[in-house]
Amino acid sequence: MSTAGAPIVVRDLTMAYGSFVIQRDLTFTVDRGDIFIIMGGSGCGKSTLLRHLIGLMPPAKGDVCIDGENFWQAPPEDQERLKRRFGVLFQSGGLWSSMTLAENVALPLQQYTALSPSQIAEVVSLKLALVGLGGFEAFYPSEISGGMQKRAGLARAMALDPDILFFDEPSAGLDPISSRRLDELILELRDSLGATVVVVTHELASIFTIGNNSVFLDADTRTMIASGDPKTLRDGSPDTKVREFLTRGEFKQQSPSLLGRGPD
Amino acid sequence: MDVVRDVRPARGELHVGRATEDTLLVRLAGSWTLHSERPTEAELQSQLDTGARLRRLTFATQDLEAWDSGLLTFLRKVEECCRQRQVAVDHSGLPDGIRRLLGLAAAVPERQEARRGEARDAILARIGKGGISSIEAALAMLGFIGEAFLAFLQLLRGRASFRASDLALLLQECGAQALPIVTLISFLVGAILAFIGAVQLQQFGAQIYVANLVGLAMALEMGAMMTAIIMSGRTGAAFAAQLGTMQVNQEIDALTTLGISPMEFLVVPRMLALVVMVPLLTIYADLMGMLGGAAIGVTMLDVSLKVYFHQLQEALSLKYFAQGLIKSAVYGVIIALAGCMRGMQSGRSAAAVGQAATSAVVTSIVGIIVASAILTVIYLQAW
Repeated sequence: MSTAGAPIVVRDLTMAYGSFVIQRDLTFTVDRGDIFIIMGGSGCGKSTLLRHLIGLMPPAKGDVCIDGENFWQAPPEDQERLKRRFGVLFQSGGLWSSMTLAENVALPLQQYTALSPSQIAEVVSLKLALVGLGGFEAFYPSEISGGMQKRAGLARAMALDPDILFFDEPSAGLDPISSRRLDELILELRDSLGATVVVVTHELASIFTIGNNSVFLDADTRTMIASGDPKTLRDGSPDTKVREFLTRGEFKQQSPSLLGRGPD
Repeated sequence: MDVVRDVRPARGELHVGRATEDTLLVRLAGSWTLHSERPTEAELQSQLDTGARLRRLTFATQDLEAWDSGLLTFLRKVEECCRQRQVAVDHSGLPDGIRRLLGLAAAVPERQEARRGEARDAILARIGKGGISSIEAALAMLGFIGEAFLAFLQLLRGRASFRASDLALLLQECGAQALPIVTLISFLVGAILAFIGAVQLQQFGAQIYVANLVGLAMALEMGAMMTAIIMSGRTGAAFAAQLGTMQVNQEIDALTTLGISPMEFLVVPRMLALVVMVPLLTIYADLMGMLGGAAIGVTMLDVSLKVYFHQLQEALSLKYFAQGLIKSAVYGVIIALAGCMRGMQSGRSAAAVGQAATSAVVTSIVGIIVASAILTVIYLQAW
């Protein structure tokens, strides 16, 4: 596996809150154009791993390299520059409630580009149209539905044309159809923008529809126990825990020790 | 194909020419990103307008080096121009990614009815709407006070359901934890009163009356007032923010669906805590203020401590303290009601919670001042 041109390389990463280790010895590579799934049961540290990748939480040990640059060793200016290449869709959208959708999408553009207000308005309406929210510029986040908030969050994540998009539980709280549309949107954006996508999810339908690479975090052993294409893992992983997870527990060969910690 | 003109040889380049008689060929070259300098659609527009019998517009992008949203916004404007002039746009010459993104952007038609009208109401209509909304706000306030009163009756009948541990925690937060700031503020207020009085009284050689001034002012009004204003900023705002966040998290809905009245469970203990604690803090503030006055009296006016306190005892009677304490209990109710009401009325967003906290402080301070004025008149007339 060549790691030279890969957008994200994680090496020997240990995540911990104080002395409480959440996951250790994580090593994986996200290749350009991948839709990379971070999966695992509730409470295994999926979202915490995402926080390490997007620069919100420093690792206890190990490295996160973005395009060959070691993110956490880099000086703050370089970290800022790298972060600007990320687009992040937070679990509940993370829209700023005191701003309209247009202002939400415009803020990163105002901060980091030298575009004129009219050019910004054009980009904003393009991004909102891309996520199917054309015409909703003047709405406040509280005035639209949860699914629309997610999509507006995606429009904001794409504001600066990032080449790496991160999604934290994109289908949480969405109905199956909205959730599927969001999946299709993610695929379409990956194909047309050539972006690299990292998704935290435990939604099996999504995992198989969009994912082509993945890492499986286990809460019991506190490390990754599988990686690769999720479909391959489902059909041929040597680890019963992984296969049980990916078949919704129908691959029964296991004591019910996982009960209550499965996907919710 | 004859290239008509090279528009602005910047980093993004645009060449417009006729491919056939009724087809316009747009050649895009160079770097079309948000950060590069790009031509505008104006040149293309003039070409569209001058050339008669145009039917189609096609693209050639062999020399396109880089693109991002900068090119997409340009293409969307070109499409809009063509739509107005009924010229068909042929996307086949565009790179695959751009074609798909344009398709995606056009997939969901823009909701026209969703777009907000810029129309503003006439002045009379706005005044009318303002009036209606203030009446609604006043009714909501009356409704809240009524509900709080009913919940309080439940408490008196011993049937209000809240947890004793919640009440204990609230008593601690509203009482003991407020002591440091109450100490500081009332000591300084007492000192300021003494200082202002001293300048005047010294002219008549009546320095000793500074004790009367500080004692009466603190006992009758300033002790209760300063405590209430501190508590509205400290505790009223906290109540509003807490209950507002509980609205956002649907915690209040959860109580309601369980058949637990949020008025009894959340509002009653908060009112109780403040009604008990504000008078107690006021007694303490009265004392601190008098000490502050004593500090000025001893250091600036050469009044001995013993004389100062003897003069205080002469000047004050229990009646004055009682008047101040009754006021402080009323202030406590007002602070609790304003904080809880704004919290319960809060919308479900971060911005709304901020507004709730602001509005709680404003409401309680207005309430405190108005109540103070009314009670003072009542005391003067009837006591």
